[in-house]
Amino acid sequence: MNLLRLSLNLLRRDWRAGEWRVLLLALVLAVGSLATVGLFADRVRQVLQQQALSLIGADLRITSTRPFSPDYRRMAQARGLRDVQSRTFPSMVARGEQVLLGEMQAVEVGYPLRGKIEIDDGSVHVAHAIPARGTVWADERLLRRLNMNVGDEVGIGAQRFTVAARIVKDIDQSVGFASFAPRVLMNDEDLAATGLLQEGSRISYRLMIAGDAAQVKLLRAELQEKISGNEKMEDVRDARPEIRTALERAETFLGLAALTAAILAGAAMALAARRFVLRHLDGCAVMRCLGAQQGQVLRLFLYQFILLGVVAVVLGGLLGYVTQAMLVESIASMREASLPQPGVLPLLKAAVSGFALLLGFAFLPLLQLRKVSPLRVLCRELGLPEASGWLIYGLALGVLAGLFLWHAGSLKLGLAVLGGLLAGLLVFGWLAWLLLHGLARNALLFQSRWRHAFNNLARHGRSSAVQVVALSLGGMALLLLTLVRADLMQAWQGKLPPDTPNRFLVNVQPDQYQPVLDFFARQSLPPPQLQPMVRGRLIAINEESVNGDSYPDPRAKGLVEREFNLSYMEQMPGWNELVSGVWWKAGESGALSVEEGIAKTLNIHLGDSLTYDVAGSRFTARVTNLRKVQWDSMKVNFFVIATPELLKDFPTSYLSSFYLPPDKVRAGDELSPEFPNILLIDTGAVIAQVRSIMDQIAQTVSAVFLFTLLSGLAVLYAAMLATQDERSFDAAILRTLGADSRYLRRLHLSEFAVLGGLSGLFAAAGAVLLGWVLARFVLEMPYKSNPLIWLIGMGGGVFIVVVAGWFSTRNSIKLPPLRVLRADY
Amino acid sequence: MQAIQLTKQVLSGDSPLTILHDVTFQVEAGESLAIVGASGSGKSTLLGLLAGLDVPSSGNVLLHGADLFALDEDGRARLRGELAGFVFQSFQLLPALNALENVMLPLELAGAKDARQRAEVSLQQVGLSARAHHLPKHLSGGEQQRVALARAFVTRPKILFADEPTGNLDAATGAQVIELMLELNRAQGTTLILVTHDESLAGRCGKQLRLAAGRVVV
Repeated sequence: MNLLRLSLNLLRRDWRAGEWRVLLLALVLAVGSLATVGLFADRVRQVLQQQALSLIGADLRITSTRPFSPDYRRMAQARGLRDVQSRTFPSMVARGEQVLLGEMQAVEVGYPLRGKIEIDDGSVHVAHAIPARGTVWADERLLRRLNMNVGDEVGIGAQRFTVAARIVKDIDQSVGFASFAPRVLMNDEDLAATGLLQEGSRISYRLMIAGDAAQVKLLRAELQEKISGNEKMEDVRDARPEIRTALERAETFLGLAALTAAILAGAAMALAARRFVLRHLDGCAVMRCLGAQQGQVLRLFLYQFILLGVVAVVLGGLLGYVTQAMLVESIASMREASLPQPGVLPLLKAAVSGFALLLGFAFLPLLQLRKVSPLRVLCRELGLPEASGWLIYGLALGVLAGLFLWHAGSLKLGLAVLGGLLAGLLVFGWLAWLLLHGLARNALLFQSRWRHAFNNLARHGRSSAVQVVALSLGGMALLLLTLVRADLMQAWQGKLPPDTPNRFLVNVQPDQYQPVLDFFARQSLPPPQLQPMVRGRLIAINEESVNGDSYPDPRAKGLVEREFNLSYMEQMPGWNELVSGVWWKAGESGALSVEEGIAKTLNIHLGDSLTYDVAGSRFTARVTNLRKVQWDSMKVNFFVIATPELLKDFPTSYLSSFYLPPDKVRAGDELSPEFPNILLIDTGAVIAQVRSIMDQIAQTVSAVFLFTLLSGLAVLYAAMLATQDERSFDAAILRTLGADSRYLRRLHLSEFAVLGGLSGLFAAAGAVLLGWVLARFVLEMPYKSNPLIWLIGMGGGVFIVVVAGWFSTRNSIKLPPLRVLRADY
Repeated sequence: MQAIQLTKQVLSGDSPLTILHDVTFQVEAGESLAIVGASGSGKSTLLGLLAGLDVPSSGNVLLHGADLFALDEDGRARLRGELAGFVFQSFQLLPALNALENVMLPLELAGAKDARQRAEVSLQQVGLSARAHHLPKHLSGGEQQRVALARAFVTRPKILFADEPTGNLDAATGAQVIELMLELNRAQGTTLILVTHDESLAGRCGKQLRLAAGRVVV
């Protein structure tokens, strides 16, 4: 007990010395950064889980692109189960002259079987029925975007409906902030009258079943045998796997990004712990002399470290909570989705990680203190007890590797990221060291103050290099996410010619082919290139059947599990590029052209024969060429194109993309009333949406990397402290030799300016390099970096480091030289 | 206390250097012994061995009949805590603790319940009650050494080791500190082992052990 009090007492007194502050700061940043990511991801995951429960609106749901066999309903009813069907499809919703693409769901009486829909029709309550005929319920987004209220009328297809209620809480749809189009719920009996049910319409049929759990299980087994390839059966467990996978990936990425802050925090902690140990050698020797046993000395400091850990974890947790709350608040779609409060598990994970860092980076030096020789009271020159360097670095590396593996969730990814990061840090560190020494070697070319600064930095070469690397890492990430990202976006948009299509025309029926062309002629618009589209599913490659299980890759799985768009034509679209094989001659038959990317994903080669199921019948044809497609050309592109005779007799709809000049926007509004089933998609709006999603992602990632930058500053602060005694001593000598405090101040500022400038230079170079890699290999376009990035990088670096450095050393030049030289300060 | 053929060798470069040769002597309880000699004669090394702060290359120290080097490092620390007090040339107060806390330290390490009261009494004995809550850096050299004396005597040690206790003090202050130390020594009947090169101080001790180049000069 006494030892504990003594320990706390020492801690209180030691606080002023600074090492505790660095340890605390570094640990708070590490825990804060990990907690931010963990809590943020947890809230999103909770939404997914909560929604999964009511997501499918039933115990079992079968989804298909075609009407179900009536057998399914009969089988369910025979088991005493309830069933209800719905049909979901995209459609334009019109109010006056405004039109908006919405997601319609036509439901039967009894919907939903599980979960509750909350509506607001004057008062908010749980809906006990489905929308009455002639009315629809619409969600908040639709009402807002069409600037309307409950009670107003909207046009859907050929029919007009009264919006009878606003949907407050929904089920059976995409997750709130991830869904694309606003949603409208209507009575199934009204659907026929809208005229939207046509061949080729993108309708998703859903059969929902609920009832006794055992019977549902039996039915599921029974149906498993019967369902066809384009039908998908799911229960709550299967709900939204794609979003879950995306979330897991995002969480892994952000977790690893957060760990870069943790690495730097570790470096700061190691520096601070070392100084702590050096400053406590005498005290420990005295205590050993006065009878303290090794265990007592260890416990004395262990209590302090545990207390520090607890305080840091609490503060870091709070910081993480506040940061993630601010993030959620700043992202509009998340704010609207009213995410639930996070659980404690992510905090525990961050806390455990924090203690692991403390263990890895500060504990071993602490263990050394226990072994201080008591003889040191008589011979000061007895230094730090020898500790194995391998042990110290090994433990730190081991802890880091453990943390990376834990957060990456995979051995390969964890080690790859850690290895890459450490290798990068070493290379950057080595370059920084070379540069600093190069400057010092040529110091004679500079004024005395700069010469002195260069020499000081080179004298602490290793520590200076660590500081430059630590600071540049955070700076690089931030520059990449701000300046470089903006450059890339601009370059990408600039790459598109001004008449790049900005509208997609989807769902044109064969009998509308000519009327649509006429409509364009009437509006004095160039005729759109309408291309046929047939939906089909790949079922075999070279006679060998394929399904989701044939591919481990989730993207490949998705591609064979669903139907996708096929087309047929004589001529290859001008904006495609043949990469191998030859395009067919007019009149040639039985040939397929495949996009090279999908061919690689699905392992399809030139000459393979592919079998497709289109509306229940099958055809087989050979791949005669592979094409390269520019997906960002905003033109209509197909993964697979067939010779016309293969597909022309199947149900076809047409689609096209075209450029609608700003002065003709009214023409788009007139299309909808004339062809209610046709979807006119504003790709500008889609790009804007993609851009806003990218902005949101960048914002989240930037917030995480801000922690990295702050941790870099913690390293700087720790390094300043580590050399503080030496700095004070140097300053005292210089002052005795006649230097005034102005000279000393300028000397220090020069050192910080060099450190900051180098860090900024490295940060800008790293960001430009990464930007170039992204542009060259991912976006495949030339990249011209903004010269401002160098200015902002170096200027920002100088500013931040000068300010931070000044704060941590301002006292060292104020001490009277005699006190410093007598070493009794 | 009995020292038997104490020898200490260290490696200087590749060759061994003998700092102490076969030092043998005995001090009875309550006696005082001054170890004197020129700088580098091995005084401090001998003191370190007698106090069990270091281990000899050969030889032995018996303290109250116990073989000091049969114990491990922690065992010796425990024995020091029970039997010994220390005064150093450079005071060796913990800079983070105030005067009172510094005096309480050995008691707290030994788990004493009444550490505070006993430390206050001890500070009173060295005349520093008024400075109890000052940090070492706010005390003069003489005051710091008096705090060190209070710390040394607060555990009522059987034996006090003092290493050049006046080395960092001016003559007048040094004399005051010595008076105080000898007075406390007498009052508590403590055995005193003192390293000094101050002949007059050595003369006030009951016995003297003169060292030259690591050997006892008779």
